[in-house]
Amino acid sequence: MANKDSVKGTLLVALVLCIVCSVVVSTAAVMLKPQQEANAALDMKRNVLLAGGLIDAEQRNAQVIEEAFGNVTIKYVDLRTGKFTDEAPAGGSGRAAAKIADASEKLPPEQDRAKIIRRENTKEVYLVEKNGELQKIILPVRGYGLWGQLYGFLALQSDLKTVAGLGFYEHKETPGLGGEVDNPNWKALWVGKEVFDDQGDVAIDVIKGSVGAGTPDAEHKVDGLSGATLTSNGVDNLINFWLGGQGYGPFLKNLQAGEA
Amino acid sequence: MKIKDTLLEPIFTNNPIALQILGICSALAVTSSLQVTVVMCIALTAVVACSNVLVSLIRTRIPNSIRIIVQMTVIASLVILVDQVLKAVAYETSKQLSVFVGLIITNCIVMGRAEAFAMKNPPLPSFLDGVGNGLGYSVILLGLAFIRELFGSGKLFGVELLQSVNNGGWYVPNGLLLLPPSAFFLIGLFIWAIRTWKPAQVEEDEFKIAPNTQPQEA
Repeated sequence: MANKDSVKGTLLVALVLCIVCSVVVSTAAVMLKPQQEANAALDMKRNVLLAGGLIDAEQRNAQVIEEAFGNVTIKYVDLRTGKFTDEAPAGGSGRAAAKIADASEKLPPEQDRAKIIRRENTKEVYLVEKNGELQKIILPVRGYGLWGQLYGFLALQSDLKTVAGLGFYEHKETPGLGGEVDNPNWKALWVGKEVFDDQGDVAIDVIKGSVGAGTPDAEHKVDGLSGATLTSNGVDNLINFWLGGQGYGPFLKNLQAGEA
Repeated sequence: MKIKDTLLEPIFTNNPIALQILGICSALAVTSSLQVTVVMCIALTAVVACSNVLVSLIRTRIPNSIRIIVQMTVIASLVILVDQVLKAVAYETSKQLSVFVGLIITNCIVMGRAEAFAMKNPPLPSFLDGVGNGLGYSVILLGLAFIRELFGSGKLFGVELLQSVNNGGWYVPNGLLLLPPSAFFLIGLFIWAIRTWKPAQVEEDEFKIAPNTQPQEA
C-alpha cells in the first residue's frame, strides 16, 4: 500500500471509508424503515383516539389501539366545497399537502387567524360510527402558538357542536407554561363545551382567568392557561379558524344537513 | 496507564462536562425529564465507545491531513445508526429527543475523545475511555435531570411525587428549572462542588488582582 500520507493514500482511505460508511448507513435505514413507518402510523392512530376520548391516556399497546381504531373511518374532505371527496390529500396528509403549492391555497392575512400561511385544500377527518350512525367526528387542527405551530385534533359529538375532546400531539410551547396544553385537567375543561351558537356561528373563546358558574355563555368559554396568554390565544385562534369559513365550517353545515 | 483508571477517571477526576467543559449543549437541552436523559446518556455512551474503537482500529491508516474528517465520518455514521434504531424501537422517546440525537455528531466529547485518546491508543483502552467518558457525561446529566424534573415539574420518570398546584396539590413548580438556562446554573454549582471536593481541579488564576490603592489628598 502506498504511503498513507501521500495524495494517493489519502484519496484511497477517504474513498474506502465513504463506501463502507454509506453502505452501513443505507442498509440500516432501509432495513428499519418498515418498523419506523409502522411506529409513526400507530402513533397517529393513538393521537386520534386520545383526542376522541376512545382510549386511556396511558394506553400504548399496539393491539388495543388497532382494535379501537377499527371503529374509525377515515374520510377526506375538500375544504373548498365542504364536501367529502375520494381524493386523498397530496403527500398523504393535510399537513403534508399544506407544503405543496398545487394542493394548498395561500390565505390572505386578514383571514389567516391561526397564522398557518397556507391552507391545504383537502383534509382527512376521522368518523367514529356505530351501527352506521355517527358518534363522533375527529378533525385535525393546527395553528401558531408562541414558539411554533401546534398540531392536534378536535373531536366533536354527533350533534357537531359539542366538544368531545381536544389534544395536541406536537407543539413547541414552553414546558410548565404553554406546555400545559397537554395537561389532562385543562383538556378536560373542553369536553362538553359548545363551539357554535344558536345561529350556527362559531362561538368558542379561551378567556383569561377561569370560567365560573356566573360567567355568561359559560358553555362557549374555556379557562385560559395561566402564564401562557399567547399559547391560549393561539389555541383560541386555531379552533376559531378551523371551525370557520376557511376551515371545516361549510363541511360541518353540509354534514349536519346530510349533504356532505 | 491502568485499565481501571482509564474507565473510572473521567467520572469525577477528569469529567468531560465539569472539568473539560465539553458537551454542554445537550446537557442543557435534554435534561428537563429523566426518561429522555437516560436514553440520551445511553445513546451518547454507545456512540463514544464505538467511535473510539473504530477510530482506534484504523488509526494507523488514517492520513494525517484528513484525520478530523475521517473521525467525523465515522461518528456521523454511528449517530445516524443510533437515530434510526431509536426511531424503530423507542419511537416516543425518539420524538422527545428530536434533533438532539442527530446533534451527538457535534457533541464535542465524541470528537474530543477520538482525537485525544483513540488516535494514540489501542482499541481496548480506547473502548474503556469511551465508556468512561460516556459515564462521566451521564453522571452530570442524570444529576441535572433529577433536580430539574423533581423541582421543575414535581415528577421523577413521569411519576408525580410532589403534587403540583395545577393538579390540585400543594407544590408550586419552579418553572425556571424547566428552561435550558437553569442547567447552566446547576452545572456551575456541580463544578463548584466537585472542585471543593477535589481542589486539584481548580485552575490557577490567569491574572492577579492588584492591591487597593489609597486615595491621596490632593
